[in-house]
Amino acid sequence: MDSRNLYNEILTEHNMRPYYKHELEDADLVLEGVNPNCGDDIWLKLKLDGDVITDGAFVGDGCAISQASADIMLGLVIGRTKSEAIRLIDMFTRMIKGEAGEEEIEELEEASALKDISHMPARVKCAVLGWHTLEEMIGDKGGDES
Amino acid sequence: MSAENTNVRTNEDIRNDFVLIAQNEYAYLDNAATSQKPVCVIEAEKRFYTDMNANPMRGFYPLSLEATKAYEDARSCVANFIGASCPEEIVFTRNATESINLVAYSWGLNNIRACDEIAVSVSEHHSNMLPWQMVAKATGAKLNYIECKSDGSYSDEELERAINSRTKLVAITHVSNVLGRRNPIEKITEMAHSFGALVLVDASQSIPHMKIDVQKLGADFLAFSGHKLLAPMGIGALYGRKSLLEDMPPFLTGGEMIESVRLDGATYAEVPHKFEAGTVNAAGAYALSEAIRYINSIGYEYIKERDRVLTAKAIEALRKTEHVRILGSEDPYDHNGIISFTIDNVHPHDISEVLAQDKVCIRAGHHCAQPLMEHLKIGSCARASIMFYNSEDEVERFIESVASVRRRLGWA
Repeated sequence: MDSRNLYNEILTEHNMRPYYKHELEDADLVLEGVNPNCGDDIWLKLKLDGDVITDGAFVGDGCAISQASADIMLGLVIGRTKSEAIRLIDMFTRMIKGEAGEEEIEELEEASALKDISHMPARVKCAVLGWHTLEEMIGDKGGDES
Repeated sequence: MSAENTNVRTNEDIRNDFVLIAQNEYAYLDNAATSQKPVCVIEAEKRFYTDMNANPMRGFYPLSLEATKAYEDARSCVANFIGASCPEEIVFTRNATESINLVAYSWGLNNIRACDEIAVSVSEHHSNMLPWQMVAKATGAKLNYIECKSDGSYSDEELERAINSRTKLVAITHVSNVLGRRNPIEKITEMAHSFGALVLVDASQSIPHMKIDVQKLGADFLAFSGHKLLAPMGIGALYGRKSLLEDMPPFLTGGEMIESVRLDGATYAEVPHKFEAGTVNAAGAYALSEAIRYINSIGYEYIKERDRVLTAKAIEALRKTEHVRILGSEDPYDHNGIISFTIDNVHPHDISEVLAQDKVCIRAGHHCAQPLMEHLKIGSCARASIMFYNSEDEVERFIESVASVRRRLGWA
């Protein structure tokens, strides 16, 4: 597949100037997500008010795809409830597998910039790192309270 | 091909010996991960199965004898190639990793004690580090890491600190798979032997680029994989001094195996066969011997010259490329075809992704050398690695692609 447009403007912008890549004091949930093989390593931090994700941030290192994807994800889930976020994570995961419909991809807003990853098996893990980490934090398994 | 006509063979002639290389579609610069295979090697592997396939050393009929001869001739070929004193000093394995594990389990666990030290260089590939971590853990011995400078070289003080009267074994790579630097093996074996310690040399990265002579190196054990040396995947070799191999128990994993051998009342075969349990990769060994014949016909002089010319071309161009940092020595000649680098603000995986879009094949990551990455204070890097069949054109494609990376990732 021609992956020439993988590094599109949305992705490079979020990689170069991430909005949510910073420390977050007094976070309610903190969890590390790692791709041992590629060395992508992020710490995801969330503030919650009841069921609502009121703020979020991440720090760490990794490839453009892992970093931009985490940044885009935070922009999408902040202000939403945990269950809404879980629904988006599910949708994103299916988009990466090439199983999401047009409407769903549209609902993912800027995250839809990553849809071509479905043709690039080697980079899937990078794209889903932030999303899987978030799922672990707010899903049934819970996360480390700090 | 004969040795006489190598001087008149051009790079293009040589490229035509390799199917994927001759197609010119990919600029294949990931030779340190695995080399391409010449047609003669692929034909040899095929010929074993079409013309002489039988289980070596099992049957008495002509076909099995022929298979046995092909396998044992391959052993002699490897022995000659690296200067072993006799074919029995060559054990066929799957790869260098298995060769090193064989020594760790068979020699290491039986000869290293809690009061001993094992010296391992910090630039080792994980395959020459994890087996020694295992031995240290199992025996209580101390692992002493030999730390290199940023160009990959070792100071005399550091070698003298790490190799001392408590040292039982030094495990060191001949050429680093990240920095390409050739280690002073002769000096290290002399130091180690003065303390009665043995030296295991990982020659995986050096053997495709330079003549190996185990006597000159003073190596007690030497491991390499065939697949980096134009041979198929799944065949490798261990050299060990005969007296050492003779005293070592067979390399068996899992207690149950040993138990059943005892119940059968079996005694072990002579070296090297006691280390080659089960049906062997005879076709692979036969193809490896063909790869060695091919390498000899090309000649290491030609190989070194190509390494030097192409590495210098790549390094000189990368040096002029803004934001690119080359790891290791300033001198291209110290790189043995390996060019590891980083680009400011670009993760190595994104470098290799962009290059992949241009069909330039390089490796990115920690290169199975995480402790070295930490020592150099980088998380990972990109690596291009050259083989004699590479062309100036491939190196130019690589240089151009690298120069475009930052722009394509949005950094003006």
